Amino acid sequence: MLPERHMEKQKMTCSMKSHHEDITDEMWGKINKIIDDNKKIPGAIITVLRECQNIVKYLPVELINHIADGMNIPQSEVFGVASFYSLFSLKPKGRHTIKVCTGTACYVKGIREVINRIEGEYRLKEGGTTADRRFSLEGVRCLGACGLAPVMVIGDDTHGGVAAESVIKSIEDYK
Amino acid sequence: MPKLIISELNKVREKRLAELSVPGLIQILICGGTGCHATGSIKVKDVLIEEINKRELSKTVHVVETGCNGFCALGPLLVVQPGGIFYVKLKPEDIPEFVEEQIINNNPVERLLFKDPSTKKRIAKQADIAFFANQMPRALRNKGLIDPENIDDYIARDGYKGILKVLKEMNSEEIVDQMMKSGLRGRGGAGFPTGMKWKFASQSKGDTKYVLCNADEGDPGAFMDRSILEADPHCVLEGMCIAAKAIHAKKGYIYCRTEYQLAIKRLEIAIKQAKDYGLLGKNILDTGFDFDIEIYQGAGAFVCGEETALMRSIEGKRGMPRPRPPFPAHKGLWEKPTILNNVETFSNVPQIIINGGEWYASVGTETSKGTKVFALSGDVNNIGLVEIPMGTPLRSLIYDIGGGIPKKRKFKAVQLGGPSGGCVPEHLLDTPVDYEEIAKVGAIMGSGGAIVMNDRTCMVDMARFFMDFIQDESCGKCTPCREGTLRMLQILEKICEGKGEMKDIYKLEELSHVIHQSALCGLGQTAANPVLSALQYFREEFEIHVKEKRCPAKRCSALLKFEVDPDLCKKCGKCFKSCPSEAITWKKKEVAVIDKEKCVKCMSCFDKCEFGSIF
Repeated sequence: MLPERHMEKQKMTCSMKSHHEDITDEMWGKINKIIDDNKKIPGAIITVLRECQNIVKYLPVELINHIADGMNIPQSEVFGVASFYSLFSLKPKGRHTIKVCTGTACYVKGIREVINRIEGEYRLKEGGTTADRRFSLEGVRCLGACGLAPVMVIGDDTHGGVAAESVIKSIEDYK
Repeated sequence: MPKLIISELNKVREKRLAELSVPGLIQILICGGTGCHATGSIKVKDVLIEEINKRELSKTVHVVETGCNGFCALGPLLVVQPGGIFYVKLKPEDIPEFVEEQIINNNPVERLLFKDPSTKKRIAKQADIAFFANQMPRALRNKGLIDPENIDDYIARDGYKGILKVLKEMNSEEIVDQMMKSGLRGRGGAGFPTGMKWKFASQSKGDTKYVLCNADEGDPGAFMDRSILEADPHCVLEGMCIAAKAIHAKKGYIYCRTEYQLAIKRLEIAIKQAKDYGLLGKNILDTGFDFDIEIYQGAGAFVCGEETALMRSIEGKRGMPRPRPPFPAHKGLWEKPTILNNVETFSNVPQIIINGGEWYASVGTETSKGTKVFALSGDVNNIGLVEIPMGTPLRSLIYDIGGGIPKKRKFKAVQLGGPSGGCVPEHLLDTPVDYEEIAKVGAIMGSGGAIVMNDRTCMVDMARFFMDFIQDESCGKCTPCREGTLRMLQILEKICEGKGEMKDIYKLEELSHVIHQSALCGLGQTAANPVLSALQYFREEFEIHVKEKRCPAKRCSALLKFEVDPDLCKKCGKCFKSCPSEAITWKKKEVAVIDKEKCVKCMSCFDKCEFGSIF
């Protein structure tokens, strides 16, 4: 759909403008710098997507298209990469992301019950976000902290030995 | 920091050793692995440093943050040297007493020492604790002993001696020859002889070749590679550098999981320090040899642990495997000859070069040489990282080192090899740790995850868990894996919900064989292993789910009634206290009752009831 004109424009400069309600002008500036720093490095697209996601917190389609044009890679290919890896989110996230480890050790020690409890309390499903965008719930593959199983991570805080009966109390601290 | 030349490396070592052997020097080695960080070791370290400074001891008492010590379940922990006194589960408020008694009066604080779970006795010395005493650290030889962010500490413990040796006196064939003699096999799981891999790549024609390190540790329940990178990043760099010399490569990548931020940070520091010393980069140690290493962060795809998928991912594409041949030794990253080895494999290389291949092969069995690192977790007393000689029976791993099963539960099985592996039941626990022997009993050596399961684990549910994992991580390229694992998952879910039929069990077996024979890559080919192994040893559990609509281990919530058996109930009230939704009514000396309207089926009461009275 995007015309050839668009392609030509980005070949000359990477300071082209795109618009999205969740992305400020300052963010666009940083995004363009990331693209400029990486566009000559082969295979850098995953790095660029990761760094851009760190700024915006997710990857809206407008951003993916902007990156594709800037890196001179077909939009379909960049979308293919973004949708392949579980690190990338195409949907907005909550203020706090609750990551529950679904590795074997945590599973054996009862993470399923913890997840059920969180899902019931906040009416959200694994992979979803609460309506008020307070929490996102993510099941993540083994965090390698099996010594603390079952493990839940909120923001940068790791909570070890969580249990269904007490998990809500720990989560409620995050407003 | 000036770049070193060959003759100067020894001077750095001697200088650091002299600093460490000053009489009266006390080192407090506090564990700074991910596990200990999560339990609050950073706070403990800060309080400790403050206390040492307050008492003006900082000249003779050094606080060192090491990488993972290995005994993860007991963090935050520290070791006092000399003496090797081992302190566990420390809290910031314990520190003043610790400094007063241990550091000033040289009198161990009894209540903070390790308590043996079987004898209930406190043990002061790390070396006397069974968990450590039965290990043989080779890949983990520096674990908990050095500051991973200080290259001099690594050099002091014979670090970079291996690269010195290959640059001074060995050519490509001689390196490959020592690797062949060592019998080292790929520690990522498949067990391909490392020397052979290097030989193929060294003989491949081409000016540009690559050395890749696989740190995309994805198996659930495995944390060996993360711990090695956090505790001893330089040994991996040195191993890669030796590989580069063997195959004539100039560039290397470490493909690391993005979740391992601490490992990545320590690797970055290590690479910078090595470059500053001239141990990486152009003209290493002024010998004319160039080799550079870059870290590439993965983006969360399990299949990227497969070698061809990993290379696609570094190229910035969807991480999907391709058929082999051509093998990566001929056409790998960007179609150039490439070797890919796992973190643990590389960490063994410097020692093999320094001591010789025969030294390495002196330990182990006929076909499996050296040692293997395991991440021991699940229902076992001593959770953590262990390194044992090949040939050690699994029983010794779980009972001597692991300290057996907690809460007097019964051992049921140990799961080896993650989603590509299988479980080993009680009667086969004398199987030695050996690639071929473990394969014979239906599991695989795998990368080293060993998850112990007690009698409260439902094997049908475990099979479903692994199939759910594989189905989620299947890249979707080939049909047998994409569609076949989905069908298997649906059948397993049906059985767990009590809607299974006997023919479903046969269908599972048939599908398993079809997927094994027709899938494109290792992920698909081994996807059915957990199901086949569960069926092999615990078939009757599947049949009970199907015929009696009952889950003997009481894990499949769809098959539970959430009622209390009045005959078995000891009226203790533990279930009442654990219930988060106030669904249980109980009074002293009365049987508990569960209100099914209020019950959220969270299973808290099941875990708390010691008498199995809830069904």
